Amino acid sequence: MTLYSFLRRSAIASAVTATLATGVATPALAADRELLNSSYDIARELFATVNPEFNAWWQEQHDESVEVKQSHGGSSKQARAIMQGLRADVVTYNQVTDVNVLAEKGLVAEDWQQQFPNNASPYYSTTAFLVREGNPKEIDSWDDLVEDDVEIVFPNPKTSGNGRYTYLAAWAYADQKFDGDEEKIREFMNQFLGNVKVFDTGGRGATTTFVERNIGDVLISFESEVNNISKEYGEDDYDVVVPPVSILAEFPVAVVEKNAERNDNADLAQGYLEYLYTEEAQRLLAGFNYRVNDETVQKEFADQFPETELLRVEDVFGGWEQVMDTHFSSGGELDQLQRR
Amino acid sequence: MSMIATLTGTASKRVLPGFGLSLGITLLFVSLVLLLPMTSLVGQLAGLSLAEYWAIITEERVVASYMITIGAAAVAAIVNALFGLLMAWVLVRYEFPGKRLLDALMDLPFALPTAVAGITLATMYSSSGFMGKLLAPLGFEIAYTWVGIALAMAFTSIPFVVRTVQPVLEDLPQEIDEAALTLGASDALAFRRVILPHLWPALVTGTGLAFVRSLGEFGAVIFIAGNMPYETEITALMIFVKLQEYDYVGASAIASVVLAVSLALLLALNLWQGRFIRRLHGGKG
Repeated sequence: MTLYSFLRRSAIASAVTATLATGVATPALAADRELLNSSYDIARELFATVNPEFNAWWQEQHDESVEVKQSHGGSSKQARAIMQGLRADVVTYNQVTDVNVLAEKGLVAEDWQQQFPNNASPYYSTTAFLVREGNPKEIDSWDDLVEDDVEIVFPNPKTSGNGRYTYLAAWAYADQKFDGDEEKIREFMNQFLGNVKVFDTGGRGATTTFVERNIGDVLISFESEVNNISKEYGEDDYDVVVPPVSILAEFPVAVVEKNAERNDNADLAQGYLEYLYTEEAQRLLAGFNYRVNDETVQKEFADQFPETELLRVEDVFGGWEQVMDTHFSSGGELDQLQRR
Repeated sequence: MSMIATLTGTASKRVLPGFGLSLGITLLFVSLVLLLPMTSLVGQLAGLSLAEYWAIITEERVVASYMITIGAAAVAAIVNALFGLLMAWVLVRYEFPGKRLLDALMDLPFALPTAVAGITLATMYSSSGFMGKLLAPLGFEIAYTWVGIALAMAFTSIPFVVRTVQPVLEDLPQEIDEAALTLGASDALAFRRVILPHLWPALVTGTGLAFVRSLGEFGAVIFIAGNMPYETEITALMIFVKLQEYDYVGASAIASVVLAVSLALLLALNLWQGRFIRRLHGGKG
């Protein structure tokens, strides 16, 4: 290869890479303090909105500016990065299990769920359906999803917390309907999983499959995500259906004590998570279609969130540890159901 | 490949400093970049008994993923062997406007993040996409099927074939096919008996590399595969799933199978090529 052709080739390659590279926006002015928040994949826009507001809030109280840095990815991957040495001060995840893993390693306090209100979950959501305009297949509840002619899209429960909630919601519904008759529940789940057309690895991938590729009659995802999609892609093309019974999806937060201490950020980390419970932050969260516990904000957004019966993982399945063991481990319930 | 072989074989003047130093640096580099990570991979397996290891790598669903991965990679490699050879031929033997651009485009699959390739292919070939729309009425489904996996693999690995065959073809003087033709060989015979034997080692190496690359491909495939158990789950996804479950040992066990197959294949290719070249030179004196 001549030098000329090498340069030409690398120029093309780097031009392509440059256009594809995702830019990380960092403010030009250095802040007095920095905080690293390790979060789940689809929370980018949310925290991009919350962080500047937090900075203003903190500055008013302590007279110092804060730059909150964000790290996003599948939350299991995020937890793994912290175990391998990423010095994140706080975690804001969409799965209790991923915080539990950190607690097992002693990075997060054992009683982390007691350190903040509502099981350390400043906001919550549930799984909801997005259907094509006019709801041609008349999908109103979980029962309608096991009909023969319905094609479902939701992320793989093996690789996505979002997908796990969907699986658990369907199971919890069947459990209620068949009064715990395991044989009937399995039959229901078999049909439900059999109707899945594509298993993407994450929530956003499933969204793309349903919206861009036009695959499936119904997309199952977090209520927040489903509402955001319908807003973003046109409310005329899609309808949101919140089933009368579904699962409570908590979004747990915790201080990564070991890191926060080493980074001299213990007070800041605590303050950041406390801020998420303030009325101001709760309003921001509700704006992103997450359900919140603040009563004033709840009233303001009442018509945005239909009333549903939200079942708790702890009540139906006896806790996350048990869920992971019986359902999602190798050879567990999910593997059995997916067997040929 | 053969170019390198002749270069090192005949070099009398050495450009780089002494053998000891350069070999030392080479070994250090190989150890740090290649051997160390692989040792840690194998080290992960130390906690497993043989029976446990066997159980992980022969689990029904994992075995199904081997079949799908190997089958799709083989199809992709064969398709690439044919089209890669054709492209190399066109790039070397003909002059046409835009040739240099086409030459540069050949490397695009290397430069492009594989996930981008996967998403683009899935968009094009899904039933609402540009190509998918044309194919769907004919009964061809590509995205989210086994064919889609092979397509993504073919896309990411085609430069291997083109870039290994191209230099050899450049070294091959056009006079030899002219000579064959003047001696009365038909076009097909000249290609089969005169040109192909020279290209054979490079073509096989390129195809082998493309195959091995496809075995491990994750980014491009995952977006077009559909990922349905037993139907469109590739082995790399099974490793990813194990990692999601914090099961490092399980992930390493499956990864070790892919690694072993790839290593064995590469080694076999090298040995075969060595023998082939010796026969080529030895046979003709």
